[in-house]
Amino acid sequence: MTDLSFDREAERLLLEATTSRSRRVKDRLASVWMVGSVVVAVVPLAIVVAYVVAKGASALSVDWFTKDLPAVTRKAGGGMGPAIVGTLLITAGAALMAIPLGVLGAVYLHEYGGRGRLAGLIRFMADVMTGVPSIVMGLFIYTVFTLRFGLMGFGGSLALACLMLPIIIRSTEEMLRLVPDELRQGSYALGNRQWRTVVTVVLPAAFGGIVSGVMLAIARAAGETAPLVFVIGAAARSLNTDLFSGNMTALSVQIFSNAQTPFAAAQTRAWGAALTLIAIVFLFTILARVVSARVARRHNA
Amino acid sequence: MSTDTTATVPTEAPAAEAPPAPPAKVVFDVQDLDVYYGAFRAVRDVSLQVHQHEITAFIGPSGCGKSTVLRCFDRMNDLIEGARVEGRILYHGVDLYDPRVDPVEVRKRIGMVFQKPNPFPKSIYDNIAFGPRLAGMKDDLDDRVEKALRQAALWDEVKDRLKKSAMGLSGGQQQRLCIARAIAVQPEVVLMDEPCSALDPIATARIEDLMQEIKSEYTILIVTHNMQQAARVSDRTAFFTTEVNPESDTRTGLLVEYDSTDKIFSAPSDERTENYVTGRFG
Ligand SMILES: Nc1ncnc2c1ncn2[C@@H]1O[C@H](COP(=O)(O)OP(=O)(O)O)[C@@H](O)[C@H]1O
Ligand SMILES: [Mg+2]
Repeated sequence: MTDLSFDREAERLLLEATTSRSRRVKDRLASVWMVGSVVVAVVPLAIVVAYVVAKGASALSVDWFTKDLPAVTRKAGGGMGPAIVGTLLITAGAALMAIPLGVLGAVYLHEYGGRGRLAGLIRFMADVMTGVPSIVMGLFIYTVFTLRFGLMGFGGSLALACLMLPIIIRSTEEMLRLVPDELRQGSYALGNRQWRTVVTVVLPAAFGGIVSGVMLAIARAAGETAPLVFVIGAAARSLNTDLFSGNMTALSVQIFSNAQTPFAAAQTRAWGAALTLIAIVFLFTILARVVSARVARRHNA
Repeated sequence: MSTDTTATVPTEAPAAEAPPAPPAKVVFDVQDLDVYYGAFRAVRDVSLQVHQHEITAFIGPSGCGKSTVLRCFDRMNDLIEGARVEGRILYHGVDLYDPRVDPVEVRKRIGMVFQKPNPFPKSIYDNIAFGPRLAGMKDDLDDRVEKALRQAALWDEVKDRLKKSAMGLSGGQQQRLCIARAIAVQPEVVLMDEPCSALDPIATARIEDLMQEIKSEYTILIVTHNMQQAARVSDRTAFFTTEVNPESDTRTGLLVEYDSTDKIFSAPSDERTENYVTGRFG
């Protein structure tokens, strides 16, 4: 008898809780707020992309990708080939330096250095470096590298690598932190040495996250203008595929210089360069997603 | 009569008393082992012998140092900062803590299964092949993997999905996978630290069965908080308990009694053991 009345009471409470008006209102409000936030975040992004496409699409053609930059920016014609190649080469050079260094640095910090003095110093430096404005990084490379060795694409790679390095170190370290210690223990228990545990267990387990961090760093670096303008000889107009000698130009610098002029043809060129840059970053991001998804599927599916 | 010899007893021997079983070979001889974490002595005065092809169980209340002692057998304690041992663990007469001994080599011969299943986020096949690849056993890898999975009673469940990730298996399957991973290199000894504590009774029963299956090939040490499990599976049982150190308010584990499992559960010689196995410990 008492049991029954208790059940009734419980049922009443439960029903009241799930159907109570104020709860439903709160639930609705929370949903609206979340959807609203997403819209607020996505809409400007979509507008930017749409605007760039609308303004820049007309600049694209076969010539755009193959021809050298025109001698006279005022008039239409010419292409963006050297800048596209420059951006790809300079960013690739930077990635080639920053990825191994950054990942190894993070492995040192998380798997070896632990709480040591040196580790603390490196972590601190990485944090400081993240906060350094990119133009300062360019100035730094200008002073220590360009003044000695001259203008070349590689100077830009160095500057971009300096920008990417701290991002890669910190994001990779976060990803290594997510790898459960039980996996390391399991590997050691099989007689695997530490360095090999890192290579065969820890890094594969963190692969997807590391790739995401690296892509973020690459995307950030590829669009940088300030550190490039005075170290790569950005006024170059013709194709240069040698990172280590001669002037080189890049998409970001072309956006900057073309957009500054009052001429319609130059401004269209700037929009076209912007669209190309966005497309490149987008393509690489998708590529990285596909690669890491494939690796993840192999490992975690 | 003397039973030092392991030679077969002649058939003409008096039939009145059954011939005593030949003494099993000693794999580990633990002598006065103390284990410290920094200045804290976690376990003291452990002396026992582990015999070949037997299942030896460590039981006792939590915190009495069962895992700590178990980790000494494959030197996993070396990975814990500040951990150190006093005393000796002889493995076939060789002191495991001799400075010339490489802990990595120890771990290749002595496998370990952990409390929580810890498969690598790789395919089932790659999990099992991990140890053999490490040891350079490159040929007949498929056969090794199959044999290990069969021994761990997992083959039939996974033979069609070897390339699939091990993370998709159930908890019980994952733990059997970890056992298979440990025995794929055919270690002499398998250490198990509460291998069933995260599993349901059916998965637990399967693992207990498989331990009986493989003990003819391996020597097994198992830590368990489950007395019935120790009674069911083990040949010998070590009972640990803790004592409070009056001066520092810390607890140190110690070995109370080590004997055949029958003896420990039916006629223990120490009162503390009796209280524990009858559920009256305090
Ligand atoms: N990594 C460690 N560092 C410091 N103390 C530890 C560590 N692991 C265990 N201990 C201590 O050692 C004692 C024994 O622990 P443990 O071997 O895990 O006991 P059991 O496995 O019997 O529950 C406990 O007092 C525990 O707090
Ligand atoms: Mg334990």
